Amino acid sequence: MGELLIKDKEIVTPGQVLAVGMDYLPAQNSFREGDKVISSVIGITNVSGRLIRIISLRGKYSPKEGDTVIGKILDMSFNNWFVDIDCAADAVLSMREVSEFVERGADLSQYYTFGDIILVGVSKVTRSAIELSMRGPGLRKLFGGVLLKVNPSKVPRIIGKQGSMINTIKDSTGCKISVGQNGFVWIQGEPEKELIAVDIINLISKEAHKEGLTDKITGLLQEKLGKQNEREKQSKD
Amino acid sequence: MKEKSKARIDGRTNDQLRPIEAKIGVVSRADGSAVFKIGKTIAYAAVYGPRALHPKFLQNPEKGILRCNYNMMSFSGSGERVKPGPTRRSREISMVTEKALVPVLSLEQYPNAVVDVYVELLQTDSGTRCAGISAAAMALADAGIPMKDLISSVSVGLVNGNSVVDLTKEEEDSEGAVDIALAVMPRKKEVTLLQLDGILSKDQLRKTLELGIKACEQIYKIQQNTLKEKYKNE
Repeated sequence: MGELLIKDKEIVTPGQVLAVGMDYLPAQNSFREGDKVISSVIGITNVSGRLIRIISLRGKYSPKEGDTVIGKILDMSFNNWFVDIDCAADAVLSMREVSEFVERGADLSQYYTFGDIILVGVSKVTRSAIELSMRGPGLRKLFGGVLLKVNPSKVPRIIGKQGSMINTIKDSTGCKISVGQNGFVWIQGEPEKELIAVDIINLISKEAHKEGLTDKITGLLQEKLGKQNEREKQSKD
Repeated sequence: MKEKSKARIDGRTNDQLRPIEAKIGVVSRADGSAVFKIGKTIAYAAVYGPRALHPKFLQNPEKGILRCNYNMMSFSGSGERVKPGPTRRSREISMVTEKALVPVLSLEQYPNAVVDVYVELLQTDSGTRCAGISAAAMALADAGIPMKDLISSVSVGLVNGNSVVDLTKEEEDSEGAVDIALAVMPRKKEVTLLQLDGILSKDQLRKTLELGIKACEQIYKIQQNTLKEKYKNE
């Protein structure tokens, strides 16, 4: 007989015993020790059937194949760029994985240079390296705009179900927005509207665990945009 | 009457800790941070990483490494100014802090990386390495690093022949006092740090450690509640 010691959606700390007995299985961020299932991070529990998953509240981005991330060019060699994607290891972008044709022996800084911000896909993750690729729809170098960092665990909430949240912000502010799975958000649009979008995204990452967030954000967006329109009218008069 | 209830210099019972205060997220630019106050001792811990480790020869391709740094601020003592910079003592404590924390960390998924822990003491009144370890454990959890357990740490010892927990500087300096720094993995009750300074019998040691492990359980509860409290409000 197994016994569950926690409720669903409860906050747990590392080392906390979640369940006793072999009826429950450790999934993400938990492990088995003897007949106990134990949490290994600080996070929120998610019990589905026999599986106990912990959704981590903190921590660095752990790269997964197929993710889209935003990174900064740190360094380059003869045939690679080294990209900082804010995880435990540096990522490598090979010259063969770039959408442009790069001639052999060409100076790589003509394409991307130190400090450039790029929207890039994770193509392969091994123990020794993280490989990136620029081949894919929408992957490119990002010009201008603002870049902000949120906790990677809040990214799903910023995007919303099938992109509902991010599309709401995009449509109402008219900004171009790209969200990397590593927690970087890039926003470009009219300066005032950019600021509104930044505020909204910071708010989402702060209140990511609360319910009814979409409605709140929609309301807040309308309010902020309304105020701004008024201000514009006044300045025209 | 039990022997236990005999009052100490500051009026505490033998198994009573000094008042503890803890907080998470006190260093905004760190990946994880915590402050742990026990009596007049105040320890700040900040965690950075996991991040790429340089120079390369220090890297371990099997798993990430932990690097600890213990430092007493120049104004932290109760008397003279503490000379800033690393000393023999602070180097040793950095090392034992690292050894006390490493058994609970699972750094296998971060090859060639490093987790840096900086422990800074703003004010000291004994038990600094223990306060530092308790703070560091919370900061590591706050940084989201996978851990098998937390670490709770307290100093125990013998004052006037009685086993006591959480010695103050005054007690530590008294005639014939024994001072033991103790760090425990609270779930399994495994000891990860034991440093003994003084002379005592086997029985006394056994009894004192038992008292210390109980005190560590109290500290563990405080650590756990502090961690949970932060995310409830957030």
